[in-house]
Amino acid sequence: MSEPIPPISVVSHKNIQIVEFTNNKILDEANIEDIRKTLDSLIDEAERPSLLLDFVTVDHLSSAALGMLINTNNRVKSKNGQLRLANIKPQIMEVFVITKLNKLFKILPTREEALGSFL
Amino acid sequence: MQPVKLKFDFPSDLAQTRAVQQQIMQAVHDHGYADDAIFGIKLSLEEALVNAVKHGNKLDPKKSVHVRAEVGAQQVEITIEDEGPGFDRSKVPDPTADENLTKCSGRGLLLMEAYMTEVEYSNKGRRLRLLKKKN
Repeated sequence: MSEPIPPISVVSHKNIQIVEFTNNKILDEANIEDIRKTLDSLIDEAERPSLLLDFVTVDHLSSAALGMLINTNNRVKSKNGQLRLANIKPQIMEVFVITKLNKLFKILPTREEALGSFL
Repeated sequence: MQPVKLKFDFPSDLAQTRAVQQQIMQAVHDHGYADDAIFGIKLSLEEALVNAVKHGNKLDPKKSVHVRAEVGAQQVEITIEDEGPGFDRSKVPDPTADENLTKCSGRGLLLMEAYMTEVEYSNKGRRLRLLKKKN
């Protein structure tokens, strides 16, 4: 049996963890739970987490995925860390606007702008 | 192209919703709906099926979910019914209120109502009818 593919890939840039999603659909509960656990461990490992979620690969997400992102935001904030979202495609951005979560998250158009926005 | 009628009755298991979604969305693709409509129907169907299995039937394998879909040239109509206790739409908190923005759940109905042309609740909230018109 082959090894399961990790739900996210992580690269470090200075002290910032840049996350990309492996699957273009963040819909399936099991997949969302895998992502949540992986993000939680990234947050747990850092004293003050700086996390950039790059949505370049993402074409679909569900309200369960939004819940996972809010959980991530809450946990990062509880450790006085910083969370940025970037590269969100227009259809996905509309989901953030409908739910008004564009007010909750710091969303930047590109990865470069997001990297430059960390304090 | 003739309308496609689909019927599914399955136990409360999230894994079983995948095949239901795939077959309905295949029919929607085949009828030439625009990308934005496909995105909205797919998202709404995902939310409705998860609601029926998880919140309606509370993952009880003895209870079933009943789905009927009619995909035509001008509109897509999908009815999803669970065997749970039902719910009152008017009592569901507004997830966009400032005090609810950091809550991790409660956005499915809002998204369905935003993306579909009509959303109708009946049978005490157990039956949900989603309608998407092409134009």
